[in-house]
Amino acid sequence: MNNSVKSLLAVLLGLLAGALLMAVTGHNPLQGYKFLVEGGLKNPERIGNTLATATPLIFTGLSVAFAFRTGLFNIGAAGQMLFGGFCATAIGLTMDLPRALLLLLMVVAGMVGGALWGLIPGILKAKFNVHEVVSTIMMNWICYWTVYYAVPSYFKGDYLETESKQLPEAALLRNPFLSDLFGGSYINLGLFIALAAVAVIAFVIGKTTLGYELKAVGFNRHAAEYAGIAVNRGIVLSMLISGALAGLGGVALYAGNASSIQIGILPSQGFDGIAVALLGASSPLGVLASAVFFGLLYSGRGFMNAMTEIPPEIADSIIAIIIYFAAAGILIERWIRAIAGRRAAKGRKVVPDHVDYP
Amino acid sequence: MWTTLEQIFPYAIVFTVPLLITALGALFSERSGVVNIGLEGLMIMGSFVGAFVIFKMQQLWPGQPFVLWVGLLVATVAGILFSLLHAFASINLNANQIISGTAINMIAGALTVFLARNMTGSGNIRITSGFVPFDIPGLVKIPVLGPLLFAKTYPTTWLVLLIVFISSFVLYKTPFGLRLRACGEYPQAAEAAGIRVRWMRYVGVMISGAFAGLGGAVIMVTYAGEFTGSVAGLGFLALASLIFGQWKPLGVLAATMFFGFASTVANVSQVIPSLSAIPPVILKVFPYAVTLLALIVFSKSSNAPKAAGEPFDSSKR
Repeated sequence: MNNSVKSLLAVLLGLLAGALLMAVTGHNPLQGYKFLVEGGLKNPERIGNTLATATPLIFTGLSVAFAFRTGLFNIGAAGQMLFGGFCATAIGLTMDLPRALLLLLMVVAGMVGGALWGLIPGILKAKFNVHEVVSTIMMNWICYWTVYYAVPSYFKGDYLETESKQLPEAALLRNPFLSDLFGGSYINLGLFIALAAVAVIAFVIGKTTLGYELKAVGFNRHAAEYAGIAVNRGIVLSMLISGALAGLGGVALYAGNASSIQIGILPSQGFDGIAVALLGASSPLGVLASAVFFGLLYSGRGFMNAMTEIPPEIADSIIAIIIYFAAAGILIERWIRAIAGRRAAKGRKVVPDHVDYP
Repeated sequence: MWTTLEQIFPYAIVFTVPLLITALGALFSERSGVVNIGLEGLMIMGSFVGAFVIFKMQQLWPGQPFVLWVGLLVATVAGILFSLLHAFASINLNANQIISGTAINMIAGALTVFLARNMTGSGNIRITSGFVPFDIPGLVKIPVLGPLLFAKTYPTTWLVLLIVFISSFVLYKTPFGLRLRACGEYPQAAEAAGIRVRWMRYVGVMISGAFAGLGGAVIMVTYAGEFTGSVAGLGFLALASLIFGQWKPLGVLAATMFFGFASTVANVSQVIPSLSAIPPVILKVFPYAVTLLALIVFSKSSNAPKAAGEPFDSSKR
């Protein structure tokens, strides 16, 4: 069955489960969804905020999806994102350069920081066969504590101990023209970098030798090796690119949607990237669509929470249930086959092939 | 130095226990052939259900310790029920086990806070009292060992240690343990020998759900005292301990003790003169960096169950 049909069915089941959850806890699901959608799309500002919320998710979704294609499960997008964002923030707070150059340097720093954080698990996997799920989790925590102590010691905020200094206006991805166009939304240039990344990754996966080799490694590592593909190099490269994408997500989050780094939290967008990649069936365009959908749920939930008594965590619950159904894709397939089978059986009864006349 | 050790030992043990029981549960799941990355979610579920039951019952029977035990028991059952979602997806539907486990983590994190917010408005559930640590009379007087092992202990610590030794026995000395391990090593051969592989895997996942649920609730009745919608990555740490401990009960015990001590040392380093010279970031990063190194060292001779993570296909004989 087609991947997009499967994903749409998973979304539908997730929304149904969300409605059930609202009903069971004594709320009106129709009203809940109405305010959720209005909260995300009601006016240009809200649409802008939805797209801005989706931006880091596009990056982390692409990151996880790219690694998936090579058969790697990158659970460390959160750490890569945080470290990339931290590197970009460090540049933004210390360098005094013309705006265009500064932003360019920050973007590069974010990519390099994230790539470094992805490179280490890549090398460990290729050289020592250390499972990337465990090593990326360890890298997440190493980054968490590094940033936890580095931010207060070097870039302490003016008012709060728990966050970095605010980035100056010149070091932010915000653009007055864009903000005004969307009624003062916090939409920013990160979105365009994200769209470019979608195009580049789609090209790399679909049209280049590198993409072909990485996919071959993902389908069957041993066959790829037999065919002369440098499997270990592919694994390292894939984690490197995956980390760089997550690092860009960090730039978009900390220098676009926000303007400082908070310590003591791993960015949740890193983990949501797994969900985005799964729902998007690891295709770049699928990632884009599912990131925007999750962006809508996340940016609409505040309005829903203000207008009704429904807790905002309903959005996370819906996403989580969608992912369960996406993982259990075979279940959906079986249901469809069962329904189709019953229809076919009914159809046969209408025209019996043997009739006994009295 | 010795007094320092005496002081931090009880804290280290308190921190080790939930990690130990959760990793031990995962040991059963992985030995049966199902990778369980959903430990974090299972712990959160246990901590939520435990907190909810204890919170409600403490209003009826204030100050009664039996309430805490009921909470632990219900949390264990909740862990089993919740783990069935993972078991069903990975055993019956051949889903990717890592993805299914991730879904478990996400569902638990979101759903418990959603429900807690519906009930209390804040998303947190605070219980009025947890277990009070006590010195074991007599044993605490033993020189050297007494103050380390028998001072300021919680009843849950002894329960968990008992479970560790029973688990070790069950896994290595009973027919059930042998069958379970066979399902994780070569399920087709196990099936040929008349073992119901799918059923054994269900049991493995359910034990991991039970133990992780218990682990989450133990955090709540010992040092946390409150459900907050997170167990701060302990589930993932338990998974790392399982691998660090090379899928063996005593190895897991050693690995979790290592994490317990390293975290406790990092937490109290600022008040201990001999440690305060070391930058805290190094102490905090230390356990994770050592785990990475350990994984490199062990990678040549991994004792991972051979079929862990692979859906069972009886036609692959």
